[in-house]
Amino acid sequence: MSVYAEMSGLDPLTSGEVVVAQNIAFGLIAVIMLFSALRMVTTRNVVHAALYLVIVLAGAAAIFILLGAEFVGVTQVLVYIGAIVVLFLFGIMLTRGALGVDEEEKGEQRLMSCLVAGLLAIVTAGALINTFSDAELTRSSPSTTATVGDSIFSQFIIPFEAISVLLLAALIGAIVVARKD
Amino acid sequence: MSVVLADLAYWQETTIRLLVGLIAVLLPAGTLVYLFLFKMMSFMQSRLGPMEAGPYGSLQLLAEVGKFLQKEDILPKAADRLIFKLAPFVVLISTFLLILVIPAGPDLWFIDVDTGIFLGLAVSSISVIGILMAGWASSSKYSLLGALRATGQLIAYELPMVLAVVGVIIQAGTLNVQEIVMAQATGEIFGFGGIGNPYVITQFVGFLIFLIAVQAELTQPPFDMPVAESELVTGYLTEYSGLRFLMFFIGEFATAAIFSALAATLFLGGWYVPGLEPTDNLFNVIGPIVLLGKMLLVAFFIFWFRFTYPRFREDQLQQLAWKVLIPLSLVNIVITGVLKVVF
Repeated sequence: MSVYAEMSGLDPLTSGEVVVAQNIAFGLIAVIMLFSALRMVTTRNVVHAALYLVIVLAGAAAIFILLGAEFVGVTQVLVYIGAIVVLFLFGIMLTRGALGVDEEEKGEQRLMSCLVAGLLAIVTAGALINTFSDAELTRSSPSTTATVGDSIFSQFIIPFEAISVLLLAALIGAIVVARKD
Repeated sequence: MSVVLADLAYWQETTIRLLVGLIAVLLPAGTLVYLFLFKMMSFMQSRLGPMEAGPYGSLQLLAEVGKFLQKEDILPKAADRLIFKLAPFVVLISTFLLILVIPAGPDLWFIDVDTGIFLGLAVSSISVIGILMAGWASSSKYSLLGALRATGQLIAYELPMVLAVVGVIIQAGTLNVQEIVMAQATGEIFGFGGIGNPYVITQFVGFLIFLIAVQAELTQPPFDMPVAESELVTGYLTEYSGLRFLMFFIGEFATAAIFSALAATLFLGGWYVPGLEPTDNLFNVIGPIVLLGKMLLVAFFIFWFRFTYPRFREDQLQQLAWKVLIPLSLVNIVITGVLKVVF
């Protein structure tokens, strides 16, 4: 619904007012994302967990679109939902196959994973609050694809190339690890 | 639609958009099923096809829908009930989102966004999740094998499809689908602008790669290993019956129609016909008809291959994608980029 509003040219960011519909949409998406994220880590079924992850990632994409970062939102869908989760599901189904609840309980890992997740949350929240504590979203027009492209290939060209080389190295590394001979 | 909808309330606008979207998905899908699956396939096999329902069998579609609606909704005992029921909807959502990016006239569009074709390619990849859900939740070995084959195939052929479109994007200089149509309508070939510049001429390699990739994305013969009747009992569809099977069926043919329309828009000039100004108001009337005509032309080729070629082997399918189509489309991108800078 709000996605429609964004796409049909009703521009919440340039109108300069607090947009009620946008806030309601954000609240709804946030609740759905929180619920799915909790279910993702509490469900016993690995495939269900991967499907809950799809909802979380779709919610993130929707929030990007709400913020006017259309290109990032679409990339989120293409890369995370269309490729990464599909590979998760593919791997799970190839290796487990069997339908139903995973009985083996990973109890010994539960404490450590809670600890790591908690630490990560504190560090991320601290960094975000530290950096953006009183920053406000500028009510400029949504970032266009051309702007994103321009900044990637001029201002951020060196990080972009570094990431490309890193990905290539990871790709070759994966092939080397997977090779038998 | 933007002009018509300018002074309507948001809910009225959304309702109209939803209804038009529903028609824009179902009507071409039905046309393809009747024209190609019922009639063309029959003629190629020296038979008449359905002739009983309505004049020349034209009401057969309604009869089929009625038949599917009456059937029992069978749920396998061991199935994961919720995911089994949700899977067809996920596939249909992908189809319905895909139609949004295709314009049918200068003012006839659902969404006119900067990311345009990129958005289309992104949402088309959602259907893979629906197929995996269907295959896994059926708790049948045939379904699971079909879903795994489908996923391997769709991942492999999404790459050449995206890379084939990149050539068009470089030439048009925009991701916006409406602007790609305009660029073709106002383009010139060596200074001659009489027919515009449909990219099928300059991007012919891209057009071929796109069509082959679409054929594989639709899991149609010769790329129909995921639903191979003789090996897998129609793969991920094995356990589906009645309405849910019908939804997958509609999804398949609607996606075929929309991909054909997308190919027509990207490579054949979309709703534009030479001889008129591309901003002419007349295109808001004849645009959809022109687009439908071009769509049927592309769909004709897709179904021609579907009915005449035998099935590939799984390794041949992967080799074609990774060793032929992807390198070819990368070369196409490099050449297009160089020529774009030179001219």
